Amino acid sequence: MEVFTLNINGEKQEVNVDPNTPILWVLRDSLQMMGTKYGCGIAQCGACTIHVEGVAMRSCQLSVAAVKGKKITTIEGLSENASHPLQEAWIEHDVPQCGYCQAGQIMSAAALLKDKPNPSDADIDAAMNGNICRCGTYTRIKAAIKTAAKNG
Amino acid sequence: MTIIKTSVGRRSFLKSSAMAGGGLVIGFNFLSSCQSKTEEEIMAMPKEWFDINAYLKIGDNGVVTIVSPNPEFGQNVRTSMPMLIAEELDVDWEKVIVEQAPYHPEKYGFQFTGGSRGIMSRWEPLRMAGASARHMLREAAAQQWQVPMEEISTASGVLHHELTGKSIPYGEIASEASNIPVPKEVVLKEIKDFKIIGTSRKNVDSKSIVTGEPMFGVDYYQEGMFYAMIEHPPAFGMTLKSVDKSSVINMPGIKDVLTIKSYKDGYEKRVFDTNAFSEIVAIVGNSTWEVMQAKKQLKIEWQAIEAYSETVTSFRGDKKTVNIPAGLESTAKHNKQMDILSAKQGKIVRKDGNPDLAFKNAAKVIERTYSAPFLAHNCMEPMNAFAHVTGDSVKIAAPLQIPGSILPTVAASLGVAVENIEMDITRMGGGFGRRAYAHYVVEAALISQQMEAPVKLIYSREDDMTHGIYRPTYRATYRAAIDANNNLTALHVKAGGIPESPLFADRFPAGALDNYLAEEWSIESNITIGAFRAPRSNFMAGAEQSFLDEIAETIGKDPIQFRLDLLQRAEDNPVGEKNDYDAARYAGVLKLVRDKSDWDVNQSNAHRGISAYFCHNTYAAHILDVTIENGKPVVQNVSCAIDCGVVVNPDAAKNMAEGAIIDGIGNALFGELSFKDGIPEKKNFDTYRMIRMSEAPKNIDVHFVENEIAPTGMGEPPFPPIFGALANAMYKATGTRNYDQPFKVTKDVLG
Ligand code: FES
Ligand code: FES
Repeated sequence: MEVFTLNINGEKQEVNVDPNTPILWVLRDSLQMMGTKYGCGIAQCGACTIHVEGVAMRSCQLSVAAVKGKKITTIEGLSENASHPLQEAWIEHDVPQCGYCQAGQIMSAAALLKDKPNPSDADIDAAMNGNICRCGTYTRIKAAIKTAAKNG
Repeated sequence: MTIIKTSVGRRSFLKSSAMAGGGLVIGFNFLSSCQSKTEEEIMAMPKEWFDINAYLKIGDNGVVTIVSPNPEFGQNVRTSMPMLIAEELDVDWEKVIVEQAPYHPEKYGFQFTGGSRGIMSRWEPLRMAGASARHMLREAAAQQWQVPMEEISTASGVLHHELTGKSIPYGEIASEASNIPVPKEVVLKEIKDFKIIGTSRKNVDSKSIVTGEPMFGVDYYQEGMFYAMIEHPPAFGMTLKSVDKSSVINMPGIKDVLTIKSYKDGYEKRVFDTNAFSEIVAIVGNSTWEVMQAKKQLKIEWQAIEAYSETVTSFRGDKKTVNIPAGLESTAKHNKQMDILSAKQGKIVRKDGNPDLAFKNAAKVIERTYSAPFLAHNCMEPMNAFAHVTGDSVKIAAPLQIPGSILPTVAASLGVAVENIEMDITRMGGGFGRRAYAHYVVEAALISQQMEAPVKLIYSREDDMTHGIYRPTYRATYRAAIDANNNLTALHVKAGGIPESPLFADRFPAGALDNYLAEEWSIESNITIGAFRAPRSNFMAGAEQSFLDEIAETIGKDPIQFRLDLLQRAEDNPVGEKNDYDAARYAGVLKLVRDKSDWDVNQSNAHRGISAYFCHNTYAAHILDVTIENGKPVVQNVSCAIDCGVVVNPDAAKNMAEGAIIDGIGNALFGELSFKDGIPEKKNFDTYRMIRMSEAPKNIDVHFVENEIAPTGMGEPPFPPIFGALANAMYKATGTRNYDQPFKVTKDVLG
């Protein structure tokens, strides 16, 4: 066990955990920040996507020790009151079905738009291919990303 | 449509339950707090709420809370069910707050998600709940104004009396209305007067979802709870022998290692108690990660099971004996067993005319065999449950489709009374049938009972994928007899599977043919199966619709016209009496999708496949357009036509159809779970391929048949026919037919 001071969504958070603990479980179990989801634990589904220094990362494969002192953003900190253009576009396009994958989808899309404000279809496919949606909302996700790019 | 008069019986769900003398402030629990509200919205919250009936309460400022009774797993009933109530209550949708009902069948009826039955079963009862409340509000105003109730009209949450010019908003008379007796009869609106039903309303939970609010079962948290995971046998056909607790008990954060026996000796299972692994090991600790580490180190010995029989009570209440064989099963052996049974005569389940003679006299016979593997549900949220057992009272919060089916099991396994179990229904991160089998709730409750503490059980993805309840593996052999004039004279279908047959003997094209024979067979297995989005239909539709295309091609007919001709026959002069479809509605979706996709006009049908199917009371037809790029199928477009009666929330219904189409294409191209020595050969998404963004269709259009028929389901019906549309389109694009799922491109087309 070791004490870590983390910078999550602009706030300092202190946790006392095994240094190998993936940040996913620190968020969920230690901090009760439930927006970041567990789907596979092996970086295959994207449900656990967060930003570390603005880059999309799979938090199930990232130890707490590795993100010490780095700027972490989770879905809870993406915007004030759902005002990120992607969140607005998601609501406008009524994207979610069960909703479980959607926080991860939005975090992957947010990192994409930061790099490429006007992504092509191929850019979207490439950036989003790591995020599985069993409910099959892909066409709406793509449309929402395009709307957000236009409005962003 | 005429006005429906519906009497509210004595055993009604409606109860006037306001507290004497006024208001009732309802605290928000975990689930209702999922509504993420802005400060402005919280300011708009009323000071007092008045309960009008079990489904709704009205605030003094006119805000209405509507309770959504059924479990939500992505079908969006939390929006569409309250829409039914709000419509008849006659309030503005913007003033509605939605709250999830806890499990309480006396108040909320059959709280069930499955079989695409939600909206269908709630269509009248929920409208009645809204209409009764509106009636009580009018009655209260009539008393206050001393005018006849019949003269009082409503609009947008305000009562009006035209003659005196009086009006009053609902919120200001809700207190009085809550004391009015529940009416015996209510008049429901006519469809033409609907203002909310039939208009697209945004998912009430979107904002919570896109901001990451806790709302799923797996998000449930209680101070002081332990985290638990399970170890189940690595192979079907095995069970627990012994566990070496000392191998992990001293690891950091580990509290205990328990053995769990899910059912007491002599317990008689019911259909949703399916569970291959009823004796398992639970590891309990302070955090998920610490428990995961111990799980890897834990030393357990497993042993082979012996064959056994068990009596299972079906959904309808009849009992049947199921034989579970011993042994470690493999896909290779399954295929051999299925080859043998496919070649033998099966059990005849329907015979019309004289199929033998028709085949004997045929100028040409086509025979084709189709197959599909076991599939895992792979809901994105793994199975999980929270339980807190204290003495003989139990608190549960879990994502599950049929709370009522697991409560008696939990009660029996714990040895407590059903009445002592309180259950919150959480949002589900997908269900698809998987969460109808809530053995994980029993496990969580038993762990909590042993630990004497609140416990959250979570399955790893590997546990989830290897635990069973799969879509069975199936085979179907179709034969068609064609005479010298290229007429189809007989059809023969023989289908089976492990461990059940997928056949529906009375479905189309039964009824459209003078000579028809249907046979089925099945093979016992110790691999457990369960409902999977449109059970059995999810295989039969693809096989049947592929075969109809082959017949059409052989006899030189347009595939849509060929189907329409058969349906015309079934409508005009049906063969047999048990045909379970409406031929005109079936033809209706085919015609609509043909028109919407310019099938006749557009001569480039080269890469397009048609398919139509009827299941779960709804008709669906798809035309799918595919090209082959770099040896891979790329779905350019899917046009879809659906007849599900009145469409309550059109954009949400479209979302369901799009999802079913994408999910179906994914399962057709990638879905496959195979076994070796009882062990599932895929355990996580690195090997179990799910459809991804780049593989989804480029475009999907969804069209609805407009009519005034009471609504039917949307979750399942668009799923089965997409398998056939994809198979037929891939054949057009490649010249090679796929008979076995998952489909492959075996020959590229140039240009
Ligand atoms: S949980 Fe991290 S990618 Fe699936
Ligand atoms: S919305 Fe259910 S998994 Fe994506």
